[in-house]
Amino acid sequence: MAEPTHSPQHFRAELPRDTGEIHRFTGEVIGAAERMGYSKAARFAIRLALEEAVSNAFKHGHAGLDPSLTLLAEAEVSPEEIRLVVQDRGPGFDPGAIADPTLDENLDKPTGRGLMLIRAYMTRVEFNEAGNRIEMLYRPPDEHA
Amino acid sequence: MAGEESRLRVTKTDGVSRVEFLDRNILDEANIQKIGEEISRVVDEDDKPRLLISFANVDHLSSAALGTLITINNKVKNRGGQLRLSNIDPQIHEVFVITRLVNLFEIHEDAEQAMASFS
Repeated sequence: MAEPTHSPQHFRAELPRDTGEIHRFTGEVIGAAERMGYSKAARFAIRLALEEAVSNAFKHGHAGLDPSLTLLAEAEVSPEEIRLVVQDRGPGFDPGAIADPTLDENLDKPTGRGLMLIRAYMTRVEFNEAGNRIEMLYRPPDEHA
Repeated sequence: MAGEESRLRVTKTDGVSRVEFLDRNILDEANIQKIGEEISRVVDEDDKPRLLISFANVDHLSSAALGTLITINNKVKNRGGQLRLSNIDPQIHEVFVITRLVNLFEIHEDAEQAMASFS
């Protein structure tokens, strides 16, 4: 088994709406996290946040726009933290306007859970003013030395 | 289905349709849509469908997949049927807890327990 590496790694890609490309990018980030010793639970959180952010960006951010538009995905993986950025080319949205999917009256509604899951698993989540760029920060709990 | 590779294994035992996934990751929208349509057809086969969806071997699930499960649950309820979920990996189960979907779905530890719960 390879020894964990501690040099920060940076990933940047213009992602098309292509499952293979998206999974390849996610796989690279997860691979770097694994090499730096991040736990299975941490990698689960990172994969979830990245996949949900990219999915939201294409589905909602690029809704009604040219399907060939790409989005920008970035990741910086270091032993202390992982920073993820997804920026789409849409007009943006107001993240505060999303209904709480955990309310009883919303439980049987099939949409609206992506962002709340990202918030649940990430240490910090921020949007730019336009609402078309999400920056997610993950800091591992104590189990990660 | 002719000409289309299924991502599910569907078996029927004691009047219960048991659905298992062939993929470890249920993430991408196109695949999720196909899975939803396929399970929907299974639900349509019976007047009061009894459906067990097992997540054995599934490592990742997206919010879109949760949405499909909710749609299936609504459909099963509308037809007076019963839906059970089982064999959910602890990390995925946490997703059901965070989203409070543990309150919507009847989740069992394993398929045997789920099978015994159908009325």
